[in-house]
Amino acid sequence: MSATAPTNADVAVSGPGPGEPSAPAGGSGRRLSINLRQSGIYVAFALIVLLFSVLTDGALLQPQNISNIVVQNSYVLILAIGMILIIIAGHIDLSAGSVVAVTGAIAAVLMVEQDVPWPLALLITLVVGGLIGAWQGFWIAYFGIPAFIVTLAGMLLFRALTLTVLGNQGIGPFPDPVRTLANGFTEGYLGNVGLGPLGGADLFSLLVGIAAMAGIVVVQWRSRVARLGYQQSVEPLPLFVLKLALAGVVVMTVVVQLARFKNLPWVLILLAGLILAYSLLTNRAVFGRQIYAVGGNLQAATLSGVKVKSVIFWIFVNMGVLAALAGIIFAGRLNQAGPTAGNAFELDAIAAAFIGGAAVQGGVGKVVGAITGGLIMGVINNGMSLMGAPSERVMLVKGAVLLAAVAFDVWTKRRAGASR
Amino acid sequence: MTDDILRMRDITKTFPGVRALQEVSLSVRQGEIHGICGENGAGKSTLMKVLSGVYPHGSYSGEISFDGEPCEFSDIRDSERRGIVIIHQELALCPQLSIAENIFLGNERASRGLIDWNRTNHEAGELLARVGLHENPVTQVSDIGVGKQQLVEIAKALSKRVRLLILDEPTAALNDRDSAHLLDLLRGLRDQGITCVIISHKLNEIAAIADRITILRDGRTIETLDPTSDEVTEDRIISGMVGRDLDHRFPPREPRIGSEVLRIEDWTVHSPSQHGRVVVSKANLTLRRGEIVGLAGLMGAGRTELAMSVFGRSYGTNISGRLVKDGREISVRSVRDAIRHGIAYATEDRKRYGLNLIEDIKRNISAAGLTRLARRGWVDDHREYQVADEYRASMNIKAPSVLSVTGKLSGGNQQKVVLSKWIFTNPDVLILDEPTRGIDVGAKYEIYSIVNRLADEGKAILVISSELPELLGLCDRIYTLSAGRVTAEVPRAEATQEHLMRYMTNGQADHGDARTTSDDPGPADGSGRPSDPTNGQE
Repeated sequence: MSATAPTNADVAVSGPGPGEPSAPAGGSGRRLSINLRQSGIYVAFALIVLLFSVLTDGALLQPQNISNIVVQNSYVLILAIGMILIIIAGHIDLSAGSVVAVTGAIAAVLMVEQDVPWPLALLITLVVGGLIGAWQGFWIAYFGIPAFIVTLAGMLLFRALTLTVLGNQGIGPFPDPVRTLANGFTEGYLGNVGLGPLGGADLFSLLVGIAAMAGIVVVQWRSRVARLGYQQSVEPLPLFVLKLALAGVVVMTVVVQLARFKNLPWVLILLAGLILAYSLLTNRAVFGRQIYAVGGNLQAATLSGVKVKSVIFWIFVNMGVLAALAGIIFAGRLNQAGPTAGNAFELDAIAAAFIGGAAVQGGVGKVVGAITGGLIMGVINNGMSLMGAPSERVMLVKGAVLLAAVAFDVWTKRRAGASR
Repeated sequence: MTDDILRMRDITKTFPGVRALQEVSLSVRQGEIHGICGENGAGKSTLMKVLSGVYPHGSYSGEISFDGEPCEFSDIRDSERRGIVIIHQELALCPQLSIAENIFLGNERASRGLIDWNRTNHEAGELLARVGLHENPVTQVSDIGVGKQQLVEIAKALSKRVRLLILDEPTAALNDRDSAHLLDLLRGLRDQGITCVIISHKLNEIAAIADRITILRDGRTIETLDPTSDEVTEDRIISGMVGRDLDHRFPPREPRIGSEVLRIEDWTVHSPSQHGRVVVSKANLTLRRGEIVGLAGLMGAGRTELAMSVFGRSYGTNISGRLVKDGREISVRSVRDAIRHGIAYATEDRKRYGLNLIEDIKRNISAAGLTRLARRGWVDDHREYQVADEYRASMNIKAPSVLSVTGKLSGGNQQKVVLSKWIFTNPDVLILDEPTRGIDVGAKYEIYSIVNRLADEGKAILVISSELPELLGLCDRIYTLSAGRVTAEVPRAEATQEHLMRYMTNGQADHGDARTTSDDPGPADGSGRPSDPTNGQE
């Protein structure tokens, strides 16, 4: 070591200069606003559920209705998972609805007309979805055409392809396993148990619910312990317990209601798996991190060695596969692949992502947020139709909610920018 | 004096953390050509932005009077109404519109809301004749060369009844013939009573054309030279530009220079936007272990282009030359290759190219070395936190935690995050492009200490800087770059600011062949100018 007389310590003594604001005093006001931006969506969701529960005299939370909300919105939620990744990267996909239609049609032709065994047909359909995504990803990532244009073209192309494949008529019915996946419920493997005044409920469903809850608690606790081990700051224990308790109550309420009706819908299990997998991907995987880097600052990501083009390509492939999955489920639920299937689904998925806190400029968003955004719209749809509201009023409210959510996002960002 | 058309008094303008102008005064006489000289960052462009209302009244302190009347411009239109027109270094033409449409943009020749095309094209033709441009007014701007586009800008200014014309580096992208034509035109305009303020790095041009020259340094007015009373030579201007005492403090260091790490041989880079333009020409550089090497050059000399082209071909097309690392030739075709071969590049524009401002410190630090924190594609986020926190401590990043968003940090702390990011990739060669731009003095000292520490650890460091004292205080050896060519290699012992400045400015006239001729049509994409990453805020 050479003689480095004045070291960092000397500078530290001179303290932060005028242009060097010292560690921003983590004022409680600021922390609160940050929390509001991150958790505002969940608070809003809770309020909306509460509102419609009151307005519908509790009909919203009836066992059968909860089951309906999950099953009716499952395909949009699946699309929302793929869409949020694309939006985080700063792109958009307008073709998702048409891809849902064409993959549903292909699945129908394979299973109904060609008598391909259903597992194979399912696999082929997913691969076709991936190829469609690769086609669009190629033009966007490697040819440099804006995603808006490529997927707008895709919206027309794949709708045309749907009509061609179907010969302008519906094809059905689907084999039973596919219908069960889309529309069915788990069997009462372990029989029923009595829940006092709530009546009988499916034991298997309850056990799955308890296992899921235990899983959440264990994962959260281990992460907390690990953080403490690395001397990172964690939220105070009472708050931690309160949050887990709240999550537990929500999960168990839903599960108990479902167990009282017809057990767990298969799509709910599928969705839970997808949410878990994609949350992990976005939080923990190198690939997921690179999606945020690309959307946050494309140039900085490029200069940090991220293979930007490949990242963009693969999120579109992923979107294609998820759209195919949604296509199969949608067709299976209707028990028929129709020419108008999936109409405007992409718009619902995009709205879900933005209501769920994605930023218009990219770089920000969460899988769970998009799912919550999708559920908000689902609850509004469902709640208003329970109240007998005409569809134009439902549309009006959904439009207002979307605008308000994005306005809130822009507003918080502008305030944050002003204080910079 | 009564014949001053413009008087600016005690102009002070501060940006967060930086004082760009400090009590600057400037007076310009009616009907003269007034040159403004200064190093990059001396405050020239800022001063002109204050004058033209880009920075509105109230965002600076001091007084401006034009024609004897005080001025409080709130935007550019305000100043243009008074006859002050600024032509920026980046031309503000719409490439897809015709010459005539550009000239009258925002100032359309119309009656009752409908454009009178005959009048538009006729008047445009007259203006083109005045600036000596023989082109049809309906020609699309993207179809003419950069030199001619500059003339269109001047015609546009004339259409606004300009009284004071400000040109910011008008000849930077022009070849010698176009430059000469432009300077002749300015003399002609002067004879018609139009006052000109011209900012230029080309001191020979300034010395030749200006009636008086004001020199800025570090945001202050140093002096105004008048050729009628002073003897004005390029050397005289240079000594005014750099004659600053070395009162900056640099942490002491005893260099222990080892073996050669990276050799750049015959490195030639072409502009990606201007076909055929050579940006870096046959450059040869050597970097050694434990050595801090400087790269000096004025704006547009090709410093950043050189660095970025070496860093995985992030800039430029048709790159030729060899990179020899530890005695073996390496192929670096992407940023990933560069990182794998132990080359790191911290960009000059932190906010645009260096950081993801909406993400936290932790994720920015891990951005380039994420695979080192991952196993089979999964990131160990606890270790990530730990690593980031270690850098927060060792680099003295002032933030409540590594979960703070980088967009909220000061410039100095942002720079420390960028440096941490690259140090984490464990490079042998670190290229630092303007590492202290926009950073206050205390934080600069910290950055210098970090750079010294890295050199002591045996890394080879290449520092690009516009501040000559910084290079002199920090580096063991300095290369000068002018118009894309390495013009000198100077050991610290022999280096003085005057010496370096001469090599940084002189090369340009001698190596005019590095540029294309005026007949070369503009770039196909119509951008008019090369997308020069060095054209940041001055």
